[in-house]
Amino acid sequence: MITFMNNSDSEEEPCNERTSLMSAESPPVPSYQDGLQASAAGEAQAHRKRRAGSNRGPNNIAGGEMSGSGIPVRESALENEEEELTLKYGAKHVIMLFVPVTLCMIVVVATIKSVRFYTEKNGQLIYTPFSEDTPSVGQRLLNSVLNTIVMISVIIVMTVFLVLLYKYRCYKFIHGWLILSSLMLLFLFTYIYLGEVLKTYNVAMDYPTLFIVIWNFGAVGMICIHWKGPLQLQQAYLIMISALMALVFIKYLPEWSAWVILGAISIYDLMAVLCPKGPLRMLVETAQERNEPIFPALIYSSAMMWTVGMAKPDTAARGPSQQTWDAAEDGREHLRSPSHAESQMSETRSPVPTHPITSLEELEEEERGVKLGLGDFIFYSVLVGKAAATASGDWNTTLACFVAILIGLCLTLLLLAVFKKALPALPISITFGLIFYFSTDNLVRPFMDTLASHQLYI
Amino acid sequence: MTLAVFFGCTFIAFGPAFGLFIFTIARDPLRIIILIAGAFFWLVSLLLSSLIWFIAVKASDPQDERLQKGLLIFGVMFSVLLQEAFRFLYYKLLRKAIEGLVALSEDGCSPISIQQMAYVAGVGFGLMSGAFSMINLLADALGPGTVGIHGDSQLYFLTSAFMTMVLIFLHTFWGILFFHGCEHRRWWEIAAVVIMHLTVSGLSFCNPLYVGSLVPSYLLMAAAAAWAYLLSGGSAQNLRRFLLCLRSGASPQPGS
Repeated sequence: MITFMNNSDSEEEPCNERTSLMSAESPPVPSYQDGLQASAAGEAQAHRKRRAGSNRGPNNIAGGEMSGSGIPVRESALENEEEELTLKYGAKHVIMLFVPVTLCMIVVVATIKSVRFYTEKNGQLIYTPFSEDTPSVGQRLLNSVLNTIVMISVIIVMTVFLVLLYKYRCYKFIHGWLILSSLMLLFLFTYIYLGEVLKTYNVAMDYPTLFIVIWNFGAVGMICIHWKGPLQLQQAYLIMISALMALVFIKYLPEWSAWVILGAISIYDLMAVLCPKGPLRMLVETAQERNEPIFPALIYSSAMMWTVGMAKPDTAARGPSQQTWDAAEDGREHLRSPSHAESQMSETRSPVPTHPITSLEELEEEERGVKLGLGDFIFYSVLVGKAAATASGDWNTTLACFVAILIGLCLTLLLLAVFKKALPALPISITFGLIFYFSTDNLVRPFMDTLASHQLYI
Repeated sequence: MTLAVFFGCTFIAFGPAFGLFIFTIARDPLRIIILIAGAFFWLVSLLLSSLIWFIAVKASDPQDERLQKGLLIFGVMFSVLLQEAFRFLYYKLLRKAIEGLVALSEDGCSPISIQQMAYVAGVGFGLMSGAFSMINLLADALGPGTVGIHGDSQLYFLTSAFMTMVLIFLHTFWGILFFHGCEHRRWWEIAAVVIMHLTVSGLSFCNPLYVGSLVPSYLLMAAAAAWAYLLSGGSAQNLRRFLLCLRSGASPQPGS
């Protein structure tokens, strides 16, 4: 059964869902005072109140929500502790995002460098109708800007459409749309990718084997992404489809258009997430109001939940239950990214159980994962992949772009810890990436080549 | 050349550094972030120095060999000085970061000390420096070819790998020395690091006379290693205890 923002499923096997998505760590934590125990209703209330504010940080610790119902002093004290823990665990969250972003980039760069297919020019997508094969530089520039305008308009239209569907609760439509796109990615693009890799390495594979391999890969992927699955498998699938999507972009976007599109999309991301009428911000706020997970599709989550520091040992058995899940779901921060026509992937997110927290004698401190939109993965990988494909065989440029993107991500997460609301993940990283790409390709490369030819070291 | 040379040179150049990374840095997310930020700072310094060199080259006559050589020497020296300047800037940033971490911690002490940060920053600088020197060579080593067919040295890849390794180590030790000098206001330590760096880069002008560049570099590395070890609280006694696998008391261990 496919579940998608369907609250009726919330009662169904919550433990399985959570145990499959939870890590077993329980770091020791100093116990809270007993006075922090609160009633369920009070807790849920404070919880909802807190959520309505802008207090959704990356690590909205459940401890904060453990405060008594509406006692301001305790709430503020707990907010401080919450902030401390937020920033203390910040480094862990940064690494939890570094690893998948790095993996995605490695897959893309490895493919670009080895499989010829993705660097051959074989036409363009209909989203970039203007050709770049013109003789004059000005014409080429103009065409790439026009391509960018077309592409960004398509993205804006699609995003607005999605937000409207979400606002008017056309969940089935969205669901169907997402299923269709992930079907396409998991089956068609994987088939093409596998075919090209086999061709590159001159490995023969018969159709029955191919069918079985692709069928299994795709079916398990659909299940993991749209329904339930082990967290790491789900993450792996999301990384793989992001990489596939990025490879498609790298192949079909013409040179200059790709760079202009990358720049334009970071600006779009900035505006869509931060402007009050931006589509993504409206999406986030609508989901918040409805107390639903922010659009479970298109998001990579490094969810990790710890159940720590039981106030009363006998309630320790009641560990990971609806409480943590509920609090976790609502408290997650979201790094938004634009949802694109092509990049419709989904991940499984169990539907949020909306029943309030029932018993709070255990104090739980949660480590919520950080969420990053799949569009961010895709565009980071597009940047690094393009750098690998077009930087005149130079690995330094690829490496420089990689480091720049990671640092941008780090800074974005730092800002997230400070501002505690959904932030666009593209602008800083892509800006750094673009700066480093062009400067490394044009300035550093001649310098390093000259040094290498004389075998000098700096 | 192919795979044998590729793997050999990769492991010579990066083996120790990856060992250091895996055993001392990979476990702690904060250290990984400091490592990557260190790599970023080195990259920015390289960018700025290449910019200056590029402008100088473009503004000069490309036919004049001596001038180009002079500009190259200038570029190298300027790059070294800029790297050390960025090391200092990174020190300042990390100082601020420690204050932030202390303010945020529950028990008033930072989860990572400035000495550990110095070590990780040094490894970050070194890894990035080594990667930029070596990666293109490694990529070329995978393909067909004969090294030195036009009369150049046949040991090019091998010596590059060794030089990269020594540079990575040197950056690590320089990081420790530099930060220690900044912490305790001992300017002569900082000056020593800068002079050592200039020396090593200057010695690389002796290439392909490798005995003139590699041997002194390794000697300098040994000296820097000993100095960094002593500054980090090591002593001959600690070393003896470590080598003889004796259980020691509360003696501090360098760089952990």
